[in-house]
Amino acid sequence: MGRMKFVIGGVLILAAVVYLIFSSTQANAEYFMTINELKAKSQSVIGKNLRVSGAVVGDTIQYDPQTLTLSFEVAHVTGDNNEVAAQGGLAAVLHAAVIDPNRARIKVVYTGPKPDLLKNEAQAIMTGQLGADGIFHVDELLLKCPTKYQEAVPQQVGG
Amino acid sequence: MLAEIGYGILVVAFFVALYSVGAAVYGERTKSASLVESARRAMLLIWPLITLSAGTLIYLLITNHFEVSFVYEVTSREMPTYLKVTAWWGGQAGSLVFWSWLMSAFAALVTLRKWDRDREFLPWVIVVTSLTTAFFLGLVVFYENPFARYWQTVDGQIITSMLAPLNTVAFFPSDGRGLNPLLRHPGMIIHPPMLYLGFVSFVIPYAFAMAALITGRTDDRWIRLTRRWTLWAWLFLSFGLVLGSRWAYDVLGWGGFWGWDPVEIAALMPWLTGTAFLHSVMIQEKRGLLKQWNMILIILTYALVIFGTFLTRSGVLSSVHAFAQSAIGPAFFVFIGVTFVSSIALLIYRWPELRGETELNSLLSREALFLLNNLLFISVLVVCFWGVIFPLISELVTGQKVTVGPPFYDRATAPLFATLMLLMGVAPLSAWGHSTVKTLGRALWKSTLVALFVTTIIFFTYTKNAIALIGFFLVALVLLVTFQEFWRASRARMKAQNENFITALLTLISRNRRRYGGYIIHVSMMLMAVGILGINIFQIQTQGTLPVNGSVKLGDYTVKYESIAQFNGPDNRQVTRAVVGVYDRNGSYLGELHPRIDYYPDAQQNMTIPGERATLQDDLYVLLVDWQPASANGATFKVFVNPLVNWLWIGAFVFLFGILVAAWPEREAEYVPERSRRAHQTSAAD
Repeated sequence: MGRMKFVIGGVLILAAVVYLIFSSTQANAEYFMTINELKAKSQSVIGKNLRVSGAVVGDTIQYDPQTLTLSFEVAHVTGDNNEVAAQGGLAAVLHAAVIDPNRARIKVVYTGPKPDLLKNEAQAIMTGQLGADGIFHVDELLLKCPTKYQEAVPQQVGG
Repeated sequence: MLAEIGYGILVVAFFVALYSVGAAVYGERTKSASLVESARRAMLLIWPLITLSAGTLIYLLITNHFEVSFVYEVTSREMPTYLKVTAWWGGQAGSLVFWSWLMSAFAALVTLRKWDRDREFLPWVIVVTSLTTAFFLGLVVFYENPFARYWQTVDGQIITSMLAPLNTVAFFPSDGRGLNPLLRHPGMIIHPPMLYLGFVSFVIPYAFAMAALITGRTDDRWIRLTRRWTLWAWLFLSFGLVLGSRWAYDVLGWGGFWGWDPVEIAALMPWLTGTAFLHSVMIQEKRGLLKQWNMILIILTYALVIFGTFLTRSGVLSSVHAFAQSAIGPAFFVFIGVTFVSSIALLIYRWPELRGETELNSLLSREALFLLNNLLFISVLVVCFWGVIFPLISELVTGQKVTVGPPFYDRATAPLFATLMLLMGVAPLSAWGHSTVKTLGRALWKSTLVALFVTTIIFFTYTKNAIALIGFFLVALVLLVTFQEFWRASRARMKAQNENFITALLTLISRNRRRYGGYIIHVSMMLMAVGILGINIFQIQTQGTLPVNGSVKLGDYTVKYESIAQFNGPDNRQVTRAVVGVYDRNGSYLGELHPRIDYYPDAQQNMTIPGERATLQDDLYVLLVDWQPASANGATFKVFVNPLVNWLWIGAFVFLFGILVAAWPEREAEYVPERSRRAHQTSAAD
């Protein structure tokens, strides 16, 4: 009898935690996609929470400080780490993506302060939704500049 | 030359650590006390060795030896000397040395204590701590060498290597890249050491737990020996987390303090198991229960500490699929795997000896509520762990990578944290052994009524948000119950000992420091909860571009843009600083704030530093978003009002005080065999 109470209590807690985890996962799942995948599936993912990563194309950055509207284009980069390594590291992959005019690109719009790290060939990791207009509306914008902190070898300084 | 010396010493330290592992094991097996003593001395030698090597590294850092690639990566000529010193832990290789240095210091400290009662633990404590140190030293020696230098080949290629490769000449960059500006904040200078101290000190209780499992001395001696270590570990880890949050709030400029980033979660996970461990060891000490569970918790904590070090140090922020990018990833996984599996195997081997001495039989007894508290902490851990590994699982199962963001964690953990708060209110009133709804209800009803009354007042005056009201009710309940406990026990002392209230209270606390320190910590958690509820539920924000003398209203505040200036700050950063005036609802002038943007030319990066006006009621948080010297448009600001958030930081100080009360060293009590002592305890509250 004494044990039974604890077993029932334990099962109830377990059920509650499992329920919490699954319902929260379902409500808040974000789908990782590359820009190629996004283009291929555009109809079926409209309105869903997506997390998309790509290379920032510097020439396309526009910022209106009045409305804090930021827009720019990102170019497709592969999501596979082994491929990134094979192509010479993240910096090289981002650079190749930006200079390639045939690369799939997508326009993104973000409202808020212009991030300090936003510049040409930065890696943008964006969370948001694809609109029916084909523009990606970003809620959360993360930027990484591999050229600055992950580069293995100093190139910009003379010997 | 210096680089070779520094590296050479590290190699020596690595082998000394291995020797101390080997000598301790062999000495124990052959019952050779002199060999174990030799292992102990070897272990004591590691810390001075690493100190010497670290001294060399710091010398290289402050003297601009940019031919050393680590120095090149984390410093530049413009950086002030103190930042060059702290750059020691600003990059991966250096911070691994730092980790080993702290680990060896703690190992040495623990070895210097008196061991006469616990001789049999000594060799195994040496084995675990030295093995851990050796692992980190091995990473530095073989993978992430902070002393590696640049070499140039004939065709101009630059190679990083410790020793000169064939046909190359040394390469001297003229200046370094400088420490990431984000890491130049005072909070970020002390945050990593705090976190590491917490991580490292959890290794000590783990080492004793393993020693207990190996030797078969499975009573609670290992817990009593490491109780204070555990508290200090918890203190450092908690403070590391708080400092990290404060840093995020002050530097990252998004108006928040916690974003459920994988790196934050990595630091939170050992905290969760450590907190569960702190609570559940008390049940083992008082009731002889949950011995197996305590072992599981400390093994998990150790694994999560190593995992956390890896995640926070692999330099791959905010990306779950980046493990593979770091060379040390596989080594870490092998080490975590091997230590985890062998610890669990040991635990299974000793499982029957770790059975409880009594049984849990009342669902509302203190020990049952402690167990519930443990399950809740572990549930939060499971939520966190699930969130971190979910992308990997979903990719394996469906081929589609799916991740979960902050809303997932908020939603899944909020009910768990709320239940934990409720427990903080109920558990102190329940008795060891046996409690019923009736006894608990009798102890609880007054506080509950007053808390309901307070909540009603808040409902009519402050907010009608249901989640906030539940939160405030729980806060009020826990505070009332805790104060009632202090009051009740002090009153009893006042009557019995004829003391005045202050003396009674102080004696009470000093006689039972862990218990009342714990209650102070509960109070601090409630203060922090107020801050977290405030910023998460009531934060408001606005943004706009203002001409000079233009203003924007938010909540009760009016922010007026007065002027802007550009100048060069220390360490050569270019500062753009705005002056904004702050006015209250009635137009009275409250003061001025200076939100600014710092541009670091060496790192080519901006830092947006908010202007903050802190009161107990709320925080006005103004960011300078954009200003172009050429344009006449004025400057763009983003303004937040974060209600109640300062209670979070006040709570942090109360928390520190509470832990100090609980953890301050006292004379070790004379050793009484635990079993006989427990037999004298009745099931009444202690």
